[in-house]
Amino acid sequence: MTTTGFPIAAAAGKGVPSVFDRLYEWVVTVDHKRLGIMYILFALVFLLIGGIEATVIRLQLAAANNHLVSPHTFNTLFTMHGTTMVFLVGMPILAGFANYLVPLQIGARDVAFPRVNAFGFWITCFGGLLLNSSFLTAPVLFGGSGAPDVGWFGYAPLTENAFSPGNATDYWVVGLILVGFGSIAGAVNIATTILTGRARGMTLGRMPLFTWITLVVQCMILVAVSPLTASLILLFLDRGLGAHFFDPQAGGSALLWQHFFWIFGHPEVYVLMLPGFGFLSEIIPVFSRKVIFGYPVMVAATVAIGFISISVWAHHMFSVGMSPAANTFFSISTGLVAVPTGIKLFNWLATMWGGRIQLRTPMLFAIAVLLQFLVAGITGVMLSVAPFDWQLTDSYFVVAHFHFVLVGSLLFAIFGAVYYWYPKAVGRMLSERLGKWHFWLFLIGFNLTFIPQHFAGMLGMPRRVYTFLPGRGLEIWNLISSIGVAFQLAGGACFVWNLIRAYRRGPLAGNDPWDAWTLEWAISSPPPAYNFAEPPVVSSRRPLWDLKHPHDPDWHYE
Amino acid sequence: MTTIPLPQPDTPWTLPRRGPVGILLFILAESSIFAVFVAAYLYYIGKSLTGPTPREVLEFPVLMTVCLLSSSVTVHVAIRALRRGATARFLGFWIATIILGVAFLAGTAREWYQLITVHHLTIRTNLFGSTYYALVGLHASHVIAGLVMLLIVAAFGLAGRVRPDHVERADVISIYWHFVDVVWIVVVTVVYIIGR
Repeated sequence: MTTTGFPIAAAAGKGVPSVFDRLYEWVVTVDHKRLGIMYILFALVFLLIGGIEATVIRLQLAAANNHLVSPHTFNTLFTMHGTTMVFLVGMPILAGFANYLVPLQIGARDVAFPRVNAFGFWITCFGGLLLNSSFLTAPVLFGGSGAPDVGWFGYAPLTENAFSPGNATDYWVVGLILVGFGSIAGAVNIATTILTGRARGMTLGRMPLFTWITLVVQCMILVAVSPLTASLILLFLDRGLGAHFFDPQAGGSALLWQHFFWIFGHPEVYVLMLPGFGFLSEIIPVFSRKVIFGYPVMVAATVAIGFISISVWAHHMFSVGMSPAANTFFSISTGLVAVPTGIKLFNWLATMWGGRIQLRTPMLFAIAVLLQFLVAGITGVMLSVAPFDWQLTDSYFVVAHFHFVLVGSLLFAIFGAVYYWYPKAVGRMLSERLGKWHFWLFLIGFNLTFIPQHFAGMLGMPRRVYTFLPGRGLEIWNLISSIGVAFQLAGGACFVWNLIRAYRRGPLAGNDPWDAWTLEWAISSPPPAYNFAEPPVVSSRRPLWDLKHPHDPDWHYE
Repeated sequence: MTTIPLPQPDTPWTLPRRGPVGILLFILAESSIFAVFVAAYLYYIGKSLTGPTPREVLEFPVLMTVCLLSSSVTVHVAIRALRRGATARFLGFWIATIILGVAFLAGTAREWYQLITVHHLTIRTNLFGSTYYALVGLHASHVIAGLVMLLIVAAFGLAGRVRPDHVERADVISIYWHFVDVVWIVVVTVVYIIGR
């Protein structure tokens, strides 16, 4: 692997730069590729932390009447697990992929605002560190109130001073405000890059689908994540200055917080899931050796999901007692999301249909997503029906549903994306053998953990309880669920070992190991600091296909 | 390797400039933030459990509104002047914008001072106080941010460093300033007309 040293280090001319010099280069960098990698590494570290929290939760729930952790510790664990996975894993890892890939896919030198980019990363990083530093204030250490324990959606008035004294909730509020600023900065930057930095000839209709989906997602972040930042500011005014926004004793409304939170919270699900669709839309065509089926429809479906997702938030609130008209509206709008997502699913299947499918590791993960996302979608449609939701809301059925979305679909898609683009970023191939071990262990572990939770939920097991009583038929489902964690951990260990091993010993990748068609594969792996030696010119959706097949280019058919 | 054959090599290729696009996207995010504050304000109108009420203590801020809205005109004239190369005229109108913005802030300060000392309305008093100080304060903090940016450019201008080719960057600040003005129209409508 040739290191793409920065001019500073190269100009020094003193041989190998010291560890400190290299660290310094990474800290002060404004290069989108380095920031992208930093986002992804940051997210992987927090994936490990959030995973450890989940493991302790499952250990506690492995048997009835278990007392591994106290009820209060359990509250902290599920709060920090949820908050970490959404804000410190999902958002940054996707920001990292967008950062790394978008300028390469559109043939740009860098993002539109490189310094804003660095700001976005660092404020996200410090927000995450601030939030997690709350663990250090635990009573046993410094006599504080420990980590937040109000649940990841921080319902009012539990988050008010009267019910959550101490600083724990303030760590949560301020940490998330900072992370929110980072998301907004990142979204402005990436969207501007896509709108103003495309290579000559790359019209909107020729952008790779990952870039298209990223553009929609950035707009959703601007519209949907900002309300969370605003609501958190209002909550902070309540806690810090004694305002009364969410304080029912002074006329404030607990319900308003729920509306504000879910106006953010539901689009957020699609903000997380859509980039996963983007990965699939890149991986599936390449490993089926076919062009994506229905490109314009895929774009339209993405935009449709973006719009519909803004009008479905109150399906999280069926049980608070809204009017029948509101329940009907949000039931229908929620069911409606299944239409564009269904279209996407069928388009991926049609892409695979008749293709020469290569079952490499990225493709295995992509195929698993198709199946597991189908399950997630079906339970989603079930929960969109208000009477069904009244029965099963706040039960383990809901937990199983959204883990099928965020783990079974999103995390699997992210794993596929890492296997697909690691050779580009590092210049070396990940091991297929370890990759298959990772895939099968994780597939088995994930399904063992989360399929039984559907049944536990239907048998009446509520969310967020630190233990359950024996003799109600819940033991077996919880035990199987906890056993699955061991498989997931083993799979995760294969993944980490694969990443570390391939960095030193993996076979060299070359420019284009998958024989793919988008611009990032036209340059060396890892790409040079300037990306493209001369600005590329694009005349179809698959510029590298045109390059490799000059006698039969795509633009004859588009 | 990276040059790919093109059917019509001379296709014109222009994309929007990154400054205006970036600030407009940022304004989209800011609008969502204001929307939440405005929604909270509207939701809590008349729900305070104790006084004072808006009708008792608020007066329509005519002078402040005139100051801020006219500052949109001055910043626009300044940008046009810079585009034509009239840097002195640019600087004059730019500084006029700053003076009008500061006058607006002084009006807010005076209003808050009276509310706190005379009417004993603070953010803790009642829901009206909470929502009023949050919304007006959010807007005022945006005015302050805008003034900081205007002042930086003014400092460069006074040092003779602002040239006509800087117009696109100055224009980004003026777009933000127009946004702050438009938000004030919303705030005035909500707080001083609907809310009273």
